[in-house]
Amino acid sequence: MWLLAIAVLVFLVVNPLLRLLIVSFQQPDTGAFTLANYVDAYSRARYIDALGHSLVLGLAAATLCLLFGLPLAWALSRTDMPAKGLVWVSILGTFVIPPYLGAVGWILLAGPNAGWLNRLVIATTGAEKGPFNIYSMPGLVLVIGCYSFPYVVVFAKSALDLVSSEMEDAANILGSGNFRTTLSITLPLVLPAILAAYILVFLEAIALFGSPALIALPGRFHVVTTQLWQFFEYPPRVGVAAAYAMPLLCITIFLFWLQRRITHRKGYVSLTGKGGERRPIPLGRWKWPLLGYCLFVCMLSFFMPMMVICQAALAKAWGRGFALDNLTLNNLYFTLFENTLTRNATLNTFTYAGSAALIAITLALCIAYIVNRQLVGKSVGNTLSFLTMAPFVIPGIVLAIGFYAAYTRPPLLLYGTAWIMILAFATRFLPIAYANSNAAIRSINPELEDAVRILGGTRFTAIRRVVAPLLKRSLAGAFILVFIPATRELSAAIFLYSINTQVLSVLLFDKSDEGNFEMLASIGLILVIITVVLILIGFRLMGRDFMLRRTAA
Amino acid sequence: MSKLVLRNLTRTFGDFTAVDNFNLTLQEGELVSLLGPSGCGKTTTLRMIAGFMAPTSGTIEVDGEVISSPTSSLPPEKRKMSMIFQSYAIWPNMTVAENVGFGLQVRKVKSDEIRRRVDAILEKVQLGHLRERYPAELSGGQQQRVALARAIVVKPAVLLLDEPLSNLDANLREEMRFEIRRLHDEFRITTVYVTHDQAEAMVTSDRIAVMNKGRVEQIDAPYALYGRPQTRFVAGFIGRTNFIEGRLNGDAVDFGGFSVPKHALQTDAALPQEVQVSIRPQSIHLLKHEPAVAYGRCRAQAEVQRRAYLGEYWDYYLRLPGTAQILRATARAQDVFDENEPVWIEIDTAQFTVIR
Repeated sequence: MWLLAIAVLVFLVVNPLLRLLIVSFQQPDTGAFTLANYVDAYSRARYIDALGHSLVLGLAAATLCLLFGLPLAWALSRTDMPAKGLVWVSILGTFVIPPYLGAVGWILLAGPNAGWLNRLVIATTGAEKGPFNIYSMPGLVLVIGCYSFPYVVVFAKSALDLVSSEMEDAANILGSGNFRTTLSITLPLVLPAILAAYILVFLEAIALFGSPALIALPGRFHVVTTQLWQFFEYPPRVGVAAAYAMPLLCITIFLFWLQRRITHRKGYVSLTGKGGERRPIPLGRWKWPLLGYCLFVCMLSFFMPMMVICQAALAKAWGRGFALDNLTLNNLYFTLFENTLTRNATLNTFTYAGSAALIAITLALCIAYIVNRQLVGKSVGNTLSFLTMAPFVIPGIVLAIGFYAAYTRPPLLLYGTAWIMILAFATRFLPIAYANSNAAIRSINPELEDAVRILGGTRFTAIRRVVAPLLKRSLAGAFILVFIPATRELSAAIFLYSINTQVLSVLLFDKSDEGNFEMLASIGLILVIITVVLILIGFRLMGRDFMLRRTAA
Repeated sequence: MSKLVLRNLTRTFGDFTAVDNFNLTLQEGELVSLLGPSGCGKTTTLRMIAGFMAPTSGTIEVDGEVISSPTSSLPPEKRKMSMIFQSYAIWPNMTVAENVGFGLQVRKVKSDEIRRRVDAILEKVQLGHLRERYPAELSGGQQQRVALARAIVVKPAVLLLDEPLSNLDANLREEMRFEIRRLHDEFRITTVYVTHDQAEAMVTSDRIAVMNKGRVEQIDAPYALYGRPQTRFVAGFIGRTNFIEGRLNGDAVDFGGFSVPKHALQTDAALPQEVQVSIRPQSIHLLKHEPAVAYGRCRAQAEVQRRAYLGEYWDYYLRLPGTAQILRATARAQDVFDENEPVWIEIDTAQFTVIR
């Protein structure tokens, strides 16, 4: 049983990574050992520049996320700011929008010339040219910042939620004002969480493919992910791409390790969750400026992009503006039913995401059961969970190159089939499935199974009659948590799709250079609607905090 | 005939020996408790009997057949036992009746027979009216009764209980002790009962095996265990006691403030030079005036060091002049002595127990 699990994990995780490493040292034709790929990858100034751009992008976007996220987290967690519900809902909304759709929204808002904001400026000031150009590094930083800052909010807020008011009271009673207390007591206490969030956001920013591709390519600069993609332009140079992907992989692994070190460090006793009384800090007249800032961030990340996307999806031509006679459902109808390309892609998206979620959950569940019930020795168990969690630290784009390297050639020729997409998705989100399965199995007292066995039932009877019925709900939730990111996955799909296996995210990216924004927006809107429906089902099944579990894992 | 025999049972985890050479024989229909502090190996022993764990060495036999040995262990589902768990392990996805009927269902009993037997046992544990409820809708005590019914209804060869009352509040715990004993008197199932609560063990058991650090200290009926503890651990663990050290001096043992004739201290073996005895606090009588010398009694002068009034009785700490020995004694509520007041103590020498 566990041998099978190991075999599957080797197939999904170990082999692609191993192949990635091997291919990076291979001559493409002969397969002989060579360093030429590395020389190729790091000898041109253009390629080195892309690395630098990614670094700048990661640091700038992560910093922007802190600027956006920290005040929001503090306001939501510790103050009596009004309209917290609205702010919280729009942060959740930001989670729901795929980052590349946000990028589309911002192209509509701040594209040079035709962007709404530029038109607004031109109309009000009479200037000849709008000031905004989204196709630039600052534009890219803004877009990525807008869609990554919710991580900072979630991390910082959950840390702040654990700081008891008594700690602040202790500082107050010794004569320190609210402002000083916040800076000198509260902030240091949540610093580990903030650092962890900063690292997470940095990694997210450098691993993203969609937004940079939509914004940096027209802006005529490259980051690592778009450069990787370019190595795959015909004829694909897998070896060079593999070599070029190494720094991304190493930085990611290193930073995740660092992040774990930070969050697991002892000494910050207030984060143990022992609570104590918590009172919101009265803001007085400062509450309106703070609310204003929060709403400003929400405007940038949620309301404005979402508004222009809805407008474009429902407009005959988006440039004609918000008039009633410009309204139509044709775009959506066309996308869903008439156009075979998009219709198939919609169907594919559902089937692949569904199959991937099913595979990931089944595998994760088996492994979680084996490990938790100690059906194997401790070292085997540790190996199993390590391998299962490993994809967590592999950027999707690197995983995709690994899959490409491993399964494009006989004996295992999966490239071009739906399976390579499904398996890549399943692998990518295996850690989410595992974290959830693990939690679910841990919540079942082993004595419930022991009771079955001592009364004469086998282990299988115990699983069928007791474990399975008890896991139903949480597994449905886990399924949704894998399904949602799988429907919008782009960075792995873009390397692995073929003409017959397109999914909506790939299509959206593919159509972006045609300038048909009504269609792009329609595809995006469909994805958002799918996600929202699923989240609502998830809420019903598992309670309101279930979305946050995957980050908590 | 002996029903259940544990022979030289040993279990180690790495360097740690959880159960060390455990021997125990249960007669048919007997209830024996394994009593000891947490980590003494009693649950490990129970899980070996249940078959969830194989012994490192030694064997377990039921009706003369070996069911556990280091080389082969019958899986739990084949042992025809049943068990009550610390968490009750009531399956939350099944109703009370489904929970109780599960074992019969696995044993392929016909469904009308299952129904009949489930109803009968639920009446026995006073849960007849709750048969269609789900466990989440039951109180802790009711869940406990479901667990009892579920374990008994299959008429197990051996019934195992793992700290079954530790999750109940104090009142309910007292009530359930008697309930368990009542059900045992009615069904006479051979039972092994694991607990760390001595009162629980005393109420329910025919015999108690006191365990410490993986070893058995003493196996005896509750009365004998309290009255004649054989080891210091047992004396200290079952009830409160005083330990006094004395020296053999001719025909008497000298305890400092008083001495006791050698023949008064019952013991199997010869007395060593250094004698250690246990005396229960309620066996020490306090008197205002010097008592008359009497056969089978010893007396000494003492002084009240501190005292506490506990409503039902007084708790006195007594200092024996000229020694470092402090004795605890309990006295009736009306026997009032002030701190630092000199008192006389009188002890029935038969109450001394020599400790190994």
